[in-house]
Amino acid sequence: MLEMLQLPLVVTAQVDLLLVLVSLLAFWTRLSHLNYPNAVVFDEVYYGQFVSLYMKRVFFIDDSGPPLGHMILASGAYLGGFDGNFVWNRIGAEYPSTVNVWSLRLLPALCGALCVPLVYLLTLELKFSHLSALGAAVLLLLENSLIVQSRFMLLESVLIFFVLLAFFSYLRFHNKPRPPSPYWLILSGVSCGAAVGVKYMGLFSYLLLLVVASLHTWKLIGDKTISHVILCLVVVPVLLYVFWFYVHLSFLNRSGPHDQLMSSAFQASLQGGLSRITRGQPLEVAYGSQVTLRSSVSQPIPCWLHSHKVNYPIRYDNGRGSSHQQQVTCYPFKDVNNWWIIKDPGRQQLVVDTPPRPVRHGDVIQLVHGMTSRFLNSHDVAAPMSPHTQEVSGYIDFNVSMPAQNLWRVDISNREAESEVWKTILSEVRLIHVNTSAVLKLSGVSLPDWGFRQLEVVADKLFKAHSSSLEWTVEEHRYGTSQEQKEREAELHSPTHIDVDRKISFWAKFVELQWKMLTVKQEESEHKYSSSPLEWITMETNIAYWLHSSTNAQIHLIGNPVSWGVANLSLLAYQLLAVVYLLRRRRGLKDVPDGVWDQFVCLGCVCVGGWLVNFVPFLLMDKTLFLYHYLPALCYLYLLSPALLEHAHTHLLRYAHQPLRALCVGALAVLLSIFLTYRTFCPLTYGSPELSAHQLQGLKWRDTWDILYRRR
Amino acid sequence: MAKAECTPKWNTLALRNRKTCPTPEKSFQTTFTPVSKDKNSQTAGHLAGGDTQSSNGPSGQFLARESIESPSKVLLMLVAGLSFSTRLYMITEPPHVCWDETHFGKMGSYYINRTFFFDVHPPLGKMLIGLAGYMSGYDGTFPFIKPGDKYENQNYWGMRGFCATLGSFLPIFAYLIVLELSNSCTAAIIAATLLIFDTGCITISQYILLDPILMFFIMAAVLSMVKFNQQRYRSFSASWWLWLVLTGINLAGALGVKFVGLFVIILVGLNTIWDLWRLLGDMSLSLVDIAKHFLARAFALILLPVILYVTIFAVHFVVLNKSGPGDGFFSSAFQSRLIGNNLHNASMPEYLAFGSTVTIKNLRIAGGYLHSHWHLYPEGVGARQQQVTAYLHKDYNNLWVVHRQQDNNSQSGNPDLVRHGDIVRLEHKETTRNLHSHLHEAPLTKKHFQVTGYGINGTGDANDLWQVEVCGGRKGDPVKVLRSKVRFLHRATGCVLYSSGKTLPKWGWEQIEVTCSPYLKETPSSQWNIEDHINPKLPNISLSVLKPNFLEILLESHIVMFRGNSGLKPKDNEMNSKPWHWPINYQGLRFSGVNATEYRVYLLGNPVVWWINLASLGLYLTMVAVASIATQRGFSLGQQRIGGGLLMLGWLLHYAPFFTMGRILYFHHYFPAMLFSSMLTGLTLDILFRSADLLLHPPYSYWFQRAGQLLLLFSILYSFYLFHPLSYGMTGPLAHEPGSAMADLKWMDSWEF
Repeated sequence: MLEMLQLPLVVTAQVDLLLVLVSLLAFWTRLSHLNYPNAVVFDEVYYGQFVSLYMKRVFFIDDSGPPLGHMILASGAYLGGFDGNFVWNRIGAEYPSTVNVWSLRLLPALCGALCVPLVYLLTLELKFSHLSALGAAVLLLLENSLIVQSRFMLLESVLIFFVLLAFFSYLRFHNKPRPPSPYWLILSGVSCGAAVGVKYMGLFSYLLLLVVASLHTWKLIGDKTISHVILCLVVVPVLLYVFWFYVHLSFLNRSGPHDQLMSSAFQASLQGGLSRITRGQPLEVAYGSQVTLRSSVSQPIPCWLHSHKVNYPIRYDNGRGSSHQQQVTCYPFKDVNNWWIIKDPGRQQLVVDTPPRPVRHGDVIQLVHGMTSRFLNSHDVAAPMSPHTQEVSGYIDFNVSMPAQNLWRVDISNREAESEVWKTILSEVRLIHVNTSAVLKLSGVSLPDWGFRQLEVVADKLFKAHSSSLEWTVEEHRYGTSQEQKEREAELHSPTHIDVDRKISFWAKFVELQWKMLTVKQEESEHKYSSSPLEWITMETNIAYWLHSSTNAQIHLIGNPVSWGVANLSLLAYQLLAVVYLLRRRRGLKDVPDGVWDQFVCLGCVCVGGWLVNFVPFLLMDKTLFLYHYLPALCYLYLLSPALLEHAHTHLLRYAHQPLRALCVGALAVLLSIFLTYRTFCPLTYGSPELSAHQLQGLKWRDTWDILYRRR
Repeated sequence: MAKAECTPKWNTLALRNRKTCPTPEKSFQTTFTPVSKDKNSQTAGHLAGGDTQSSNGPSGQFLARESIESPSKVLLMLVAGLSFSTRLYMITEPPHVCWDETHFGKMGSYYINRTFFFDVHPPLGKMLIGLAGYMSGYDGTFPFIKPGDKYENQNYWGMRGFCATLGSFLPIFAYLIVLELSNSCTAAIIAATLLIFDTGCITISQYILLDPILMFFIMAAVLSMVKFNQQRYRSFSASWWLWLVLTGINLAGALGVKFVGLFVIILVGLNTIWDLWRLLGDMSLSLVDIAKHFLARAFALILLPVILYVTIFAVHFVVLNKSGPGDGFFSSAFQSRLIGNNLHNASMPEYLAFGSTVTIKNLRIAGGYLHSHWHLYPEGVGARQQQVTAYLHKDYNNLWVVHRQQDNNSQSGNPDLVRHGDIVRLEHKETTRNLHSHLHEAPLTKKHFQVTGYGINGTGDANDLWQVEVCGGRKGDPVKVLRSKVRFLHRATGCVLYSSGKTLPKWGWEQIEVTCSPYLKETPSSQWNIEDHINPKLPNISLSVLKPNFLEILLESHIVMFRGNSGLKPKDNEMNSKPWHWPINYQGLRFSGVNATEYRVYLLGNPVVWWINLASLGLYLTMVAVASIATQRGFSLGQQRIGGGLLMLGWLLHYAPFFTMGRILYFHHYFPAMLFSSMLTGLTLDILFRSADLLLHPPYSYWFQRAGQLLLLFSILYSFYLFHPLSYGMTGPLAHEPGSAMADLKWMDSWEF
């Protein structure tokens, strides 16, 4: 004790003042006046609805990205005490005072601000000087588009933050003297998992990091570290990715607007919605059961096997004839006409025996339409819209020597045993027409007006192996008890209820949700501000984010044109330099020492590679794309520019004093002009002060930019 | 079999080699006898494999060379014989039009009739088909209307036989390529056997299709490239030049048949870059030498193919000089070249006048005619008024009547000319609606305004008025038919009539969207010309339109082809083939016949062959991974690399790009990749068998090797026997019905034969 006191009480700290300075500036530019404008800005209208659903724990599907991004936004909302009661219906709608706008926007803004010091540190890890690091940080700091994108409830800044963090921590790990501590590596793995969890685009940066890491590790193959690397960079991100879904699925346990896209089993696991209807249904389908049959196809909309008291027209528009029997369709809404009764062909009764006799795989049944008592029938008559398949009808005997062919064999495609019982919700069933061995199928075509635009149901002979259009599931189910038609109709109108609980495992839900997210097709439509990837490089377009409801104050996503130009120049310069170096090295002329060459290559791998993986995939995508998709790629270029300048300064122009001085002066001039353009575009970045129409006209540097003026 | 003769000696070499090799790992130990057919075997042997050299003595080399020379000739003859006999067998069956014969046969006929048509592929393939038909006495009169039409007395066998002959060269080329890459007869014969007995390759070669022609050029290009690589130490010798030039010619051929030929160009390009890179690192060569090498390749692999490719198009345009079904896809100037087109030596009133009936063509290439029809825009797409689109075909719905702002009745006397700055109302002749625009979003291009047909019989509103502007003209200039570029400015909103080039969905009959663009920049999309011009009150004057020069035609036809290609989108509700289906032979294509009574041909690979190929791809990657990890960990394999990398790259280049394609895809797109995959299988399995001596002692390893080869041969032959009805035709009940001959062969539910 005494000894300790004898020592002087010393705190030794080295503080990188530059780092502190840029961080403070970053926080100031990103966080000041965060709750202005107090209105819904651009894509907040999109993410906001999901935040609301999160607050209400209502299940939803968003195909734009994995759930971590939504969770981060929702946690900001949670901190601010947002209760989810706000309708995100249009851009520009004012937030009520109950919504804490500041907290909604806080987390993305924090992430955006932290990108600036991260870029500083990352440049140091790439083994460039503090001056380069400062340059990169300033480029990022004064980039108007990044500021705009950070200040609202949007996900790009979060993605960029995690990607930069992953690279920084990996390089920190790599540069440490051996044996390195695995903490940086773990951090890198976690950030990778988070980046992929925020947006799918993170995947490409993650793959790049894996490539860089495997190149590094290749030299050490057989070393112990390799197992660390695999564990931290492969296993951890994958586990984390699944974990986000675990949280997502266990947190969102109420039924909501997207229920119908999911399978019946999935819906039954959510509170409310289908589970309220189906709770307590008997599990095993028996002879005499009353059921609704849902098609396993949920594209474009889910639907149920349906019939109604209208017949097929005798002749179609194109002159072909029909059987003129009762229409059978697939109907996308709950309706009493969706009920069918399972009948044993050998017996007359339509009620369930005690004990119930379950229907098994391979059994032959008849299906009776509950309200009209017509039998489900198919025959060798061409279907109305798909003439290569058979018509399916509710059988009416017109006495025209067209006998009833109403026997159907039950084929449970996901059975585990041969004699498996047909189960509600769980079994996927094909109904095979006994006479023609055609299979009941949803063709996916809408009928014309005579069929009320409902979906066509056919029987198809040439069946494909795994087509979900052939599968049907029993969704609502109860044991029929009334023999008389009138009683039965009343029974069908009454809701079902009995009590059983059904659960499907997390993995099944995860796989289903993930599959749906990747395959949900959105209608391709062009947005007023969408753009093509090649326009991003030259910043041909901008995006109007917000316009004040009465004045000219407005916010635009416009980058800093000077920085944008610098970024493009450095990309070109690096490639040229790399080609020249490579060709000369091949001829044995080493312009730079090996250590510097390695540093140069590493810079290229991270920065040019990062730009490529974040840009090229967009060229191949069919999606609606916006300028903000380019921002992650842009960040890599900002990392590249100062480093390349330093490389030129220290190695290329070492002995040429005149150009060296010119270079320094030029760099300073560019920095100054970057700052000036930043100031110029500030009104469009922060939405204040309001500019006159004339001033706005002056800011329209390119003809293709859309800047809005109010006519007064 | 003949191949028995060459393998034992190889094997003894292998064994000798093995003893010097300390590796405990199972890896891809190739035995290599660096032999080549060159007489100076020492140097050539060096190169045969690349980087490292084996430790074989000279005696081994000579021994092996003698052993390889004679049997390879015998084997080659055998391969050729089998290949031709399998492809040409029953070539005339079925005697009706099968599948895409309806397109390519028809196009062959167009060449014979010299009628102009439009297709999304370059012309060489169809030209050759036409030529083959012409030589074999086909007169071009058969209409090829739809699959299933009977040929009757037409000489169709010539065209089929031509395709089958080219298809028969594929196994031969595969044999030679693999032999060149691996110096192993066994590998080569495996590759050739796989292709000879693949039902898919047989089927696709037997009909009038572009694929056999395309694959012929692809394989010929690869063969010449491989041969050229072997010449690398005899630079600028006659054979060096020969193979180099042959490579270039075949590249031009491949690209001239289908744009898929681009992939083999990339393959050759990468190989050439790699080659140049190697030369650059060779310090014994001066920069001048390297420049020579570079220039020689630039000439033979870039300049020569380009010249040939352009020549193909030149022939195409010279031969096809009559008007035909493809006219509407092209600009007015282009059409004036074609005999029989109404613009050929056209005669019409020279200046546009009020009261004239006109067609208005967009100046963007493949821009289409301004068109309207009775259908309305559907609900939710702007205002529910009549659709206005751009349409590529000539049609009476393309006719518009030019009216003054107000009056609708025809004037007496000479009509007034329309001049720059005049306000007009364009009335659709068929429906009497006015061309109209308003502040609603356009259906696809949301930044633009919707254009509709509005009003009836001359009544309308102020939104029907358009101001005519001649590009580069001044106020008062008349509008010249065909030659003036005209823009139509909407009076009320100030936007300009625009064709966006996007295809409307089904409700718009997949025609092209027409919008009114608020961006007034002059682009071809917003410029139009008056094409047909009917006004009985004006004198007709013969117009010789400025004929376009050849380069303009070439560029235009390419843009039209690319547009056409990207326009082939998969339709909804249509089961379309996905790239991942292909290597697993998931689903074939029905070439002919659906019902039990018809003669059915089903394009499907021999499943045994295809699944062996699939497994070999995995095996190859595993072997490479094991070997490179072993090398990295310091085990010296002392072995040279095999040419598998090149084939793997070829497979990837011909397969991977399909995953990114938005257009509609078919099973037969995989066949070029399948050729590479089969060749790779030959190499891989050969090495696998020979690696047996890593695990087994000499006599057993030899037996194992033998047994493996025999088993492979037997399974391929037997599966071919089982599945041959797929190619040569089958009748009787469908396979999933009882009583069918093919009943037990429906191994996958997705096969539909």
